[in-house]
Amino acid sequence: MTAAIQFDQLRLPPECEKLRAEVRAFIAEEIEGGSIKPSGATGGDSFSREFSRKVGAKGWLGMTWPKKYGGHERTFLERYVVTEELRVANAPTRLHFVADRQSGPILIKYAPEHIKMKVLPAICRGECCFAIGMSEPNSGSDLFAARTKATKTDGGWLINGTKIWTSNAHQADYMIGLFRTSQPTKENRRHGLTQFLVDMKTKGITCNPVYQITGHHDFNEVVFDNAFVSEDHVLGEIDGAWKQATSELAYERSGPERFLETYYVLEELVRVLGPDPDVRGAEGLGRLVAQLHTLRRMSVSVAGMLHAGKEPVLEAAIVKDVGTIWEQRLPHKARELAAFSEPEATNQIPFEKKLAYATTIAPKLTIQGGTTEVLRGIIARGLGLR
Amino acid sequence: MSETSAIVAETAARIFEDLADPQTVNQAKDEAWQAPLWASLEESGLTLAWVPDTLGGAGASLADGFEVVKVAGRFAATVPLAETLLAGWLLSEAGLSSPTGTMTVAPSRWADELKIDAAGVITGKARNVPFGRSAEHIAVLADGPSGPVVALVKLSDVRAGDGRNLAGDSSAELSFDKVRAVAHAPAPAGLDRKCLMLLGATVRANQMAGALETVLAITTRYSGERVAFEKPISKFQAVQHNLARLAGETAAAVAAAGSAADTFANGITDDRLFLEAAGAKIRVSEAATEGASIGHQVHGAIGFTKEHILHRFTLRLWSWRDDFGNESDWAVRLGRMIAAKGADDLWPLVASR
Repeated sequence: MTAAIQFDQLRLPPECEKLRAEVRAFIAEEIEGGSIKPSGATGGDSFSREFSRKVGAKGWLGMTWPKKYGGHERTFLERYVVTEELRVANAPTRLHFVADRQSGPILIKYAPEHIKMKVLPAICRGECCFAIGMSEPNSGSDLFAARTKATKTDGGWLINGTKIWTSNAHQADYMIGLFRTSQPTKENRRHGLTQFLVDMKTKGITCNPVYQITGHHDFNEVVFDNAFVSEDHVLGEIDGAWKQATSELAYERSGPERFLETYYVLEELVRVLGPDPDVRGAEGLGRLVAQLHTLRRMSVSVAGMLHAGKEPVLEAAIVKDVGTIWEQRLPHKARELAAFSEPEATNQIPFEKKLAYATTIAPKLTIQGGTTEVLRGIIARGLGLR
Repeated sequence: MSETSAIVAETAARIFEDLADPQTVNQAKDEAWQAPLWASLEESGLTLAWVPDTLGGAGASLADGFEVVKVAGRFAATVPLAETLLAGWLLSEAGLSSPTGTMTVAPSRWADELKIDAAGVITGKARNVPFGRSAEHIAVLADGPSGPVVALVKLSDVRAGDGRNLAGDSSAELSFDKVRAVAHAPAPAGLDRKCLMLLGATVRANQMAGALETVLAITTRYSGERVAFEKPISKFQAVQHNLARLAGETAAAVAAAGSAADTFANGITDDRLFLEAAGAKIRVSEAATEGASIGHQVHGAIGFTKEHILHRFTLRLWSWRDDFGNESDWAVRLGRMIAAKGADDLWPLVASR
């Protein structure tokens, strides 16, 4: 009876806490200056060229990347602190978040040198927005059903087909897209897909907005009509994207953004309940805080294990599974706990506004970046069931 | 985990494997297996791990002791190891020596009232004292004329009820009718009811995390053995997803309990400790509720029988939720603390851990 699940008891080192103080000071300035609005709910989903540039100027983008690409060669744990502090402050990080978290690391691994030298410094400056071109009308969780085609032509490839639910595509400078370069084989249905770096200004690309239930435009349908991508924009092995897709996933799954996306509701709930809540309010709040604390300890622990060179694939998938369900239920739980609060409580209006927004975005939390169902399949594999 | 903690945990695991194998214990006709197990634990110094050698113990670190109780939880063995550790710790804090043999500790509830006079005579009641009927001694934290006092009492001097928890382990009401303590001393500054409850909660949380690890292990194994509709049930997606949820709950329990233990071991005593220890008991108890029911669901009817070992873990998981403060109680206390500090202090507290 040996323990299969491991959480090393990592505490963030002193350099992280020094950095945290710097990030908090920056956030305080930005609240003062008006770029972060604590009374709003949509901040974290907002796109701000000015704000992203400031974060870049602080040296908080590409933090772990090599200096020659504009990075700062700091630790993954330091990046963790910046991510969580900006997330909790509901800062407008939409422009740079995807590029910094996952597109940059893919380029570092698979792009040719001259492209890295061009694109990575722009990400680090906070000037470069990325979209992820994975889902298609008939390919969501089942990535390997993708049909958008890349056909070989002189000096590169011609892309034809449609990607959908593509966040940021209308504002993105680049997309990392997954396109079909060969048919799958009988032995391996995952064969035949290739990753490409696509400049979104390329002729033949059209973005059509898809409005979400929040009323906001975030999703897009991206149509490729003979869009040309040059040879040097192939990322990694042709037909072999399936080998590349999983390597960075532990980082993407276990970060603080996997349970803090609706945090602002909890903070407002504390204000609504007031300094001396009744037993029901106190118990509900206590449970939520215990759950949040546990999630953060799990997430920090995974960060520490990654930092130490371990591969906590199972633990990372668990953080996303448990974390996204928690952040999804949080607005509903907060609503129940606030049910008997007096409307004249000082912050009733911001609470209701934030609650409304969190409630409407909640469904996506267990879908984006790997659904609950997919994650549980991964966990089952980690347990040796598959 | 440090190297010493790993060695201590390994020693404990070996003793339990040899002398408290759940299958063997479950089939035993009586409790004769307990004496050799206790003797072996005692001989290895594990029972008084938290007692310094100057007071007759093994002088192990708090971290080592938490590893031991987690291992004990993995075996769900019915001996008062965790309670003896706690009792030894309490006595040592007041500079009292620990006797050999089994001990337990009181109070393990917020509401119990125990008073001690200047001559060391104790009156009052303690309810749901784990092993209150079967242990030899009890360490008591009682209210004295000028503050909390730690006392060592012979359990044969105390009237014990025959209450039992869901698993059949003694969980007794103890009546102290002017009982004279064997030894007593004032508790050092900072050692109060809250402190004992926080440590007790952290100890139970670690036992429960260990028990959940075993529930996950045996449930996963069983799902691979049991064939239905011509394949192992582990191949059904619905079963896999249940097991994934069980893994998630177990992971949360292991992380929360380990984190609280680490906080104690590092001597942190302020709001951070309260968040960690209360948070652990709350989250681990929630995991116990969820995890035990999944364990039973996957096992089907066989897991509902006496002959299967699953109940050794699930019944204790359910019962242990109530010792040293249940999750509702701790949640109210934690919620009040957070509310009193205010919204702006919530994240700084969470991020401080």
